[in-house]
Amino acid sequence: MAKLESKIPSGPLADKWRRHKTEIKLVNPANKRKYEVIVVGAGLAGSSCAATLAELGYRVKCFVFHDSPRRAHSIAAQGGINAAKNYQNDGDSVHRLFYDTIKGGDYRAREANVHRLAEVSVNIIDQCTAQGVPFAREYSGLLANRSFGGAQVSRTFYARGQTGQQLLLGAYSALSRMVGQGGVQLHPNSEMLDLVLVGGQAKGIIVRNLNTGEISRHSADAVVLATGGYGNVFNLSTYARGSNATAIWRAYKRGACFANPCYTQIHPTCIPVSGDYQSKLTLMSESLRNDGRIWVPKRKEDRLKPPAEIPESDRDYYLERIYPSFGNLCPRDVASRAAKRMCDEGRGVGESGLGVYLDFADAIKRLGENGVRERYGNLFDIYHEITAESAYKSPMRIFPAVHYTMGGLWVDYNLMSNIPGLFVLGEANFSDHGANRLGASALMQGLADGYFVIPYTLGDYLAGQKAGSRPATDAAEFKEAEDNVRGMTRRLLENKGKEPVSHFHKRLGKLMWEYCGMARNKAGLEQALQKIPALREEFWANVNVPGSGDTLNQSLEQAGRVADFIELGELMCRDALTREESCGGHFREEYQYEDGECRRDDVNFAHAAAWEYQGADRTPLRNVEPLNYEFTKMSVRSYK
Amino acid sequence: MVAEKTAKKLFSVTLRVWRQAGPAQAGRFVDYPAANVNPDMSFLELLDVVNDGLTVKGEEPIAFAHDCREGICGTCSCTINGKPHGPGHGIATCQLYLRSFREGDVIVVEPFRARAFPLVKDLVVDRSAFDKIQQAGGFISVRAGTAPDANSAPVPKRDADLAMDAATCIGCGACVAACKNSSAMLFVAAKVSHLGLLPQGQPERDSRVLAMVQTMDEAGFGSCTNQYECSAVCPKLISHDFIARMNRDYVKALFKSRFQPVSLGGGGGAG
Amino acid sequence: MHLLGALFNSSIGKKLLMAVSGLVLFGFVTGHLVGNLQVFLPPDAINLYAHRLESLGIVLWLIRAFLLVCLIVHVWLAIKLTLENRAARPEAYAVQHVNRATLASRVMARTGFVVLAFIVFHLAHYTVRIGHPEWAEHTFRLSDGTMVRDVHTMIVQGFSHLGVSIFYILAVGILAYHLSHGIVSLVQTLGLKNERWTRGLERFAVAYCWLYFLLNASMPLAVLGGFVKQHA
Repeated sequence: MAKLESKIPSGPLADKWRRHKTEIKLVNPANKRKYEVIVVGAGLAGSSCAATLAELGYRVKCFVFHDSPRRAHSIAAQGGINAAKNYQNDGDSVHRLFYDTIKGGDYRAREANVHRLAEVSVNIIDQCTAQGVPFAREYSGLLANRSFGGAQVSRTFYARGQTGQQLLLGAYSALSRMVGQGGVQLHPNSEMLDLVLVGGQAKGIIVRNLNTGEISRHSADAVVLATGGYGNVFNLSTYARGSNATAIWRAYKRGACFANPCYTQIHPTCIPVSGDYQSKLTLMSESLRNDGRIWVPKRKEDRLKPPAEIPESDRDYYLERIYPSFGNLCPRDVASRAAKRMCDEGRGVGESGLGVYLDFADAIKRLGENGVRERYGNLFDIYHEITAESAYKSPMRIFPAVHYTMGGLWVDYNLMSNIPGLFVLGEANFSDHGANRLGASALMQGLADGYFVIPYTLGDYLAGQKAGSRPATDAAEFKEAEDNVRGMTRRLLENKGKEPVSHFHKRLGKLMWEYCGMARNKAGLEQALQKIPALREEFWANVNVPGSGDTLNQSLEQAGRVADFIELGELMCRDALTREESCGGHFREEYQYEDGECRRDDVNFAHAAAWEYQGADRTPLRNVEPLNYEFTKMSVRSYK
Repeated sequence: MVAEKTAKKLFSVTLRVWRQAGPAQAGRFVDYPAANVNPDMSFLELLDVVNDGLTVKGEEPIAFAHDCREGICGTCSCTINGKPHGPGHGIATCQLYLRSFREGDVIVVEPFRARAFPLVKDLVVDRSAFDKIQQAGGFISVRAGTAPDANSAPVPKRDADLAMDAATCIGCGACVAACKNSSAMLFVAAKVSHLGLLPQGQPERDSRVLAMVQTMDEAGFGSCTNQYECSAVCPKLISHDFIARMNRDYVKALFKSRFQPVSLGGGGGAG
Repeated sequence: MHLLGALFNSSIGKKLLMAVSGLVLFGFVTGHLVGNLQVFLPPDAINLYAHRLESLGIVLWLIRAFLLVCLIVHVWLAIKLTLENRAARPEAYAVQHVNRATLASRVMARTGFVVLAFIVFHLAHYTVRIGHPEWAEHTFRLSDGTMVRDVHTMIVQGFSHLGVSIFYILAVGILAYHLSHGIVSLVQTLGLKNERWTRGLERFAVAYCWLYFLLNASMPLAVLGGFVKQHA
């Protein structure tokens, strides 16, 4: 049984981080260069972490499966980044950001982590601005803000519709600077395929070069995983096609606990699926909900009618109706489920019946077409590109899609997993968003972890490791891990089945969306737990991976990732089944109020469930970290 | 107004794809007929479908670079019918839909071609030269934790907006692929201008442009002959005006660096 | 790196030298045209003009040397850049697609070489007077009685040859075409262009190049058509 010590510092909430920083151990500046740190992933969390550690003097090796760190999927975040700067003088504060985030997470996150996140949010904006991130500005030349996804203050900083890209380019520039100075050794096209534990501590990784097929061993004094989320378990999602869970999943199989895997976020405003061939769902920024109104026809019979022929009196602006105070701006999980309910009632629009209208007619009346174009022109263009329809003329059709995973590897307050020396940052960990993430908080967390948390907490761990004590890569543990990787690669290549990898991925996705998607229930999850292992067996019996392992082989890459997704999907269902309550992104149909809202069970489930691997054919162990709320009262989350 | 689309008319095309097993092997075009193509399908999804068909037949699928499939990561990199990212204006390959093609079309798909982008396999090329240029100077040196308050230095909105225009570059390399000289001037100009337009970027403005241009030259890109093919295919429609701006910046920096007084002090050793 | 080294070795430096030398040569051909147009005036005008130029002595040689240096730099860098640019794209695309590059911009190297050939011919023809040693002997008495070289006669006799005139007209046409990209391009390279000026600049370039071509062509045509005759 894993020991889950959260290591939350004592003291008043607002003092915990400050005090912790002064109390943790430091590494002498002259000694820092004697430590090597492996950072896997170079999105917001990974780039910022690698750059910052190198600035401090550590020797960093950074591994990315992309051809360049700048391509990590953080780049696709559109909307913005939250920070409690209160530049708008509208009553924002660190406490309010903390409170909104903890409430938004449906009281399933650690108070201390979330408060730290809110505290450092202000430093992130300073840091990024100094790096040259071109945040939107007012005519005064000062930074502009907007309100975003379920917040009642304007605290979101943004850079047109591509805040993620601009923040990533900022972190990438910091990383590039350190690569240029020799502080970071960059390994692009390099996928981590196993974690190496020596003496129970994370001391290295096994990597496959995706272009040459070369498999190599790398040792270090500590390993940091910042490899993003696992939403591609669903196949269709807003994730990039390459986004994968392989690094965290292989770490899980080496003993790292996987916490709350069932917490997945479904984003309400995506472009609906158009066909079987589809590879990707495209997000329409949530900011559209600031001016767009969401509706479906009141009567089922109207659902295929052209929207213009449906008079106002026959439209149901259901979010405004059900949630009068937040209306179209209610949190993502709430908006997504409401859309699902409307479609379940048979009132969904479009050919598939899986869509709702997002209507800008009022906004166009109020702001003029040019006004709307100025705010959302690029999004309307994207919509037009994909659907060949003009949202200026008729309402957009949108539908929820998998967008983010709140679950991830379990970490303590120092962002260290239960394996000493293995740190996990950003979306890959489970720490800050509880059961649901608020809009514009993902970028905040990734950068908080990388720029402002890990530089302190990693030092605390390294100070306890003797400088120069990292194992050599010819240690037996490295050989065992490399053999493991080679074995799996060989097995995939020599399988010579009939079906391409993508077919299994599609089938897994459909299973997950049906049984472990926006709404889950016991019977469905139990069925999924039958079907997924069967799919896994079929995968290993019948998958076809053409080509060799000595060159770029995208089928091989994908096969390894899908193999992991299948196993992870099973764990997600198991977690969803055992969490007998509804909270945030996890909605169990059995546990709801009459109006369809989440019925949390704080008595039995106010905890994080951290799953521990027990071997290939054994049910994993469910460890529990209780969530002790000392400062906030857990209440029913209401956006009415 | 047509609200409900009528059933899509499916059609057939032929993909003529550059296949090359590796940088040392010879490459050639291979035709792949694709029937029952849906106009709402994206071009990369068509490649997915063709690849699944090849896999079932036991042939090796076409290697192509792709990731986000929403035009922001800059990974996709095909030259389609001679044009990087294919027909269309201001889009990346992943944002190209088959409604841009007609029944019977032969669609020629080639990799981005440039000496500085050596081929990896089939349609995949190595664009790490861009990273090297960035490492040479594409940053503002500010260590984490040392930044002043973000609003302590206002930036005129006009400059901020212009910097943002330049910063929209997704690093895909289409500018290089479209230029007959395989010049990277638009990419480098966008990077130089993004930082050079902001007050934060001023201290390193001269050293940045000199270092980045030098690294660009060493990477084997060609020169700019002011034909603006680059900006014509740029998925983010970045203007070639930024190239003019970089030229100016470069010359200024060059002359400034040569005519500055020479410091004879020993530097500021502490202690 | 020395300043000159940086200019001659960096891509932008080379472009800058191309632009500056191009600008000088552009100034020269413009001035040269204006001077030559005096052929339409009574012979005194152009002969006096040529005499004044020649009496600059060492200064004239310095100007000529400067122009020659510009020409050499311009041609040498053109060759260098062309070779480098070709090497930067070792494998050509199977489908050649042009988005917006003008034809003039795509044939700069070729038009440039025709112009270079013309310059060599032109200098051999009128300045060194190969094949026409007698032109050096022709003299002309200005109204103040000074005896000067008779450039007017030389021009008229030169253009009376149909082949020479046709080559001349073709060459100035190609030079004008070369300039139609060159003028706009050099402004971009010098970093003085943006979207706001582009249209105006392009129009100026087109107008200039047509004017340059027509005025230049008018001289041999006028000679061939008998409008400008050898003076008595």
